[in-house]
Amino acid sequence: MTKSFTKIRKRAGNIASYVLLATLGVLWVLPICYLIYTAFRVTPSTGIINSLFPSNLKLGIGNFTRLFKDTDFGQWLINTLIVSVSSCALTTLFILMVSYALSRMRFRLRKPIMNVLLVLGMFPGFMSMIAVYFILKAMGLTDSLLALVLVYSGSAALSYYICKGFFDTIPRAMEEACILDGASQPIVFLKIILPLAKPIIVYTVLTSFISPWCDFIFVNTIISDRAKYTVSLGLYKMINAEKNSFNDNFTVFCAGAFVVGGIIVTLFMSMQRYYVEGVTSGAVKG
Amino acid sequence: MKEGVRKKRPAGAILSAFKGGTLYTRLSFVFMGFGNLARGQIVKGVLYFLAQVVFLLFMIFMGGRYIAHLFSGNLGTRLSGEIWNENLEIFEKVKGDNSFLILLYGVASLLLIGIFLCVWAMNIKSSYTTDKRLEQGEAPQTFKEDLHTLLNEKFYAPLLFLPFVGLLIFTVMPLVFMVLIAFTNYDYAHMPPGKLFDWVGFKNFSSLFSLSGGATGFALVFLRVLIWTFVWAFFATFTNYFLGLLIALLIQRKGIKLKVLWRTLFVIAIAVPQFVTLLLMQKILDGDGILNKLLGTNILWLTDHRYFSIIPRLMIILVNIWIGVPYTLLMCSGILMNIPADYYEASRIDGASPARTFFSITLPYMLHITTPYLITQFVGNINNFNVIWLLTGGGPVDNLYYGGGSQAQSTDLLVTWLYRLTTDQNPRYNVASVIGIVIFVISAVLSLVTYNRTASAKGEDTFQ
Repeated sequence: MTKSFTKIRKRAGNIASYVLLATLGVLWVLPICYLIYTAFRVTPSTGIINSLFPSNLKLGIGNFTRLFKDTDFGQWLINTLIVSVSSCALTTLFILMVSYALSRMRFRLRKPIMNVLLVLGMFPGFMSMIAVYFILKAMGLTDSLLALVLVYSGSAALSYYICKGFFDTIPRAMEEACILDGASQPIVFLKIILPLAKPIIVYTVLTSFISPWCDFIFVNTIISDRAKYTVSLGLYKMINAEKNSFNDNFTVFCAGAFVVGGIIVTLFMSMQRYYVEGVTSGAVKG
Repeated sequence: MKEGVRKKRPAGAILSAFKGGTLYTRLSFVFMGFGNLARGQIVKGVLYFLAQVVFLLFMIFMGGRYIAHLFSGNLGTRLSGEIWNENLEIFEKVKGDNSFLILLYGVASLLLIGIFLCVWAMNIKSSYTTDKRLEQGEAPQTFKEDLHTLLNEKFYAPLLFLPFVGLLIFTVMPLVFMVLIAFTNYDYAHMPPGKLFDWVGFKNFSSLFSLSGGATGFALVFLRVLIWTFVWAFFATFTNYFLGLLIALLIQRKGIKLKVLWRTLFVIAIAVPQFVTLLLMQKILDGDGILNKLLGTNILWLTDHRYFSIIPRLMIILVNIWIGVPYTLLMCSGILMNIPADYYEASRIDGASPARTFFSITLPYMLHITTPYLITQFVGNINNFNVIWLLTGGGPVDNLYYGGGSQAQSTDLLVTWLYRLTTDQNPRYNVASVIGIVIFVISAVLSLVTYNRTASAKGEDTFQ
């Protein structure tokens, strides 16, 4: 009697869970579906979308041809790629260097440096944006992609924390043996620590590669030349520049978002394992 | 155990170098590199000497002027304009002062002086070390040996050099500059080079914290923004956390099949760049957006300012749930798998109900482990610029926020308010800078609490 009762209860619980999961899942997937659907929707000649499923609905790749022909999206894509590849390389290098120094070496200023970095990281980044802009201007660098690379990787040292946490977990015994054998620090760094730190390197590369694709605040201040935009600013301006730009460009925006999303999804899918490892190994420590 | 042997403080070390050093070392105080050059450490000596020459040239031709300006008590007095030249009988263009550049270059020069002082101290130390070595009958360290040390015991120096240069130029210098701005009257009415700005002491702070403005005064606007910032951060953090935990628990349930599929369904949302999702949501929730069309309603989801803008505020939190939950889901499911199974075994044997198990085992365990994460999330949400800016832009505009020309709007967080104050057509950099300092204080206090709570921070170097 009680046994069958618990069985029924369990069944009911499972069904309820499935229903809840399905509802939530639909809620999470729906906006993405809407984005994809709109990207492939051919805009009526009036340019205005009135309903979700109009009777004269046409699907096609018209938005994508418009995206690459009528806007500078192709150029923006190349710009973003240049910026993200170079800033990702610099950032990763900086973070690894700082983390190694702070995790594996002992020197007088180590603790003070860590405290200063902690405090510096607490100021909101764009509080000083205007000053950064003028510093770049004094260096004659505004309106250039190099400026973006410098800004993105210039403060890389501040995000050493997760990576250092990972380095801290690598046992010392190995490198000590190596040093006894006469290896210098650079050798230890390159031959021992780096191979062991693969998950965190992938994680760092991934996050620093993606951030230029998503930032539009700094680009907005530093770059005014349309040809130097990155995709995020370009897409933002596409639907937020003028009052009516929304209705005119929404489908094209969705097409652009689809392209950007596609690139990032592909990246994530291929690196997902490392990403999760990185998130869980560095972010949460009891 | 403190790190290494406790060394003398830098000032003390330099003083003892002067007392105990040879004549060469004492001369190094004035002529950098002298001590090294005299003892045959040519490369090192030349480098120090060059550093001194470059620094002096810089101070004479550029830095000195800015420093003098910076300490003259005002940030420039001469406006640019045209002055009648008697001899040539024409108007001559005169370049006036520019408070902004005086301050910026002044700060840069100060930082350079600081760096120079470090190099200077290194030069003395190097000469003093050579003194000691000679005293003990050893040969002075050659340049090759110096390089060897840099690749071994002092490998941290070359490692840290470049990242720190970047940090100095793009973080420290701008920050010092902006903090100083908080003590000036730099706003739309004082825009150099047309108009100059000047020091005003703590006036900006007092206008923000004093209640002199009355019910519509600046201080109250500040208070309203501050309260909403905290309310938002609270809800944004905990709605995400508990919903993420709930979904993780549902997926984890024993009877549920296709776990990977369910998880992927939510995790896909992470892969879409945040600004894309936010702009998309903004358009969906727009007055002419698809949601109203589908529902056949006419609700201003993001721009209704009635009832303290309750609708936009709710929508912001809801959209934030959509964005944030996949992350917490990932993290929670990772931790849930690590809860020791015997806890559950024991509670099952004791006949505890699922609810009891959740509240007595799962939740306490989760909270214990993720407290630091929650606090960092909270701080992150206080500074969560994107969600607010891309959804409502801080709006809608509300009379309650007009006080003192504050330019604040009803869903503004401190950060978005700061951003508007610096990018508006009538910027008020001084106020923005004060707000930045307030944000810093809040984040600093909360982060220090986390830092001290985290066991890993304390035993950070015992772990290896």
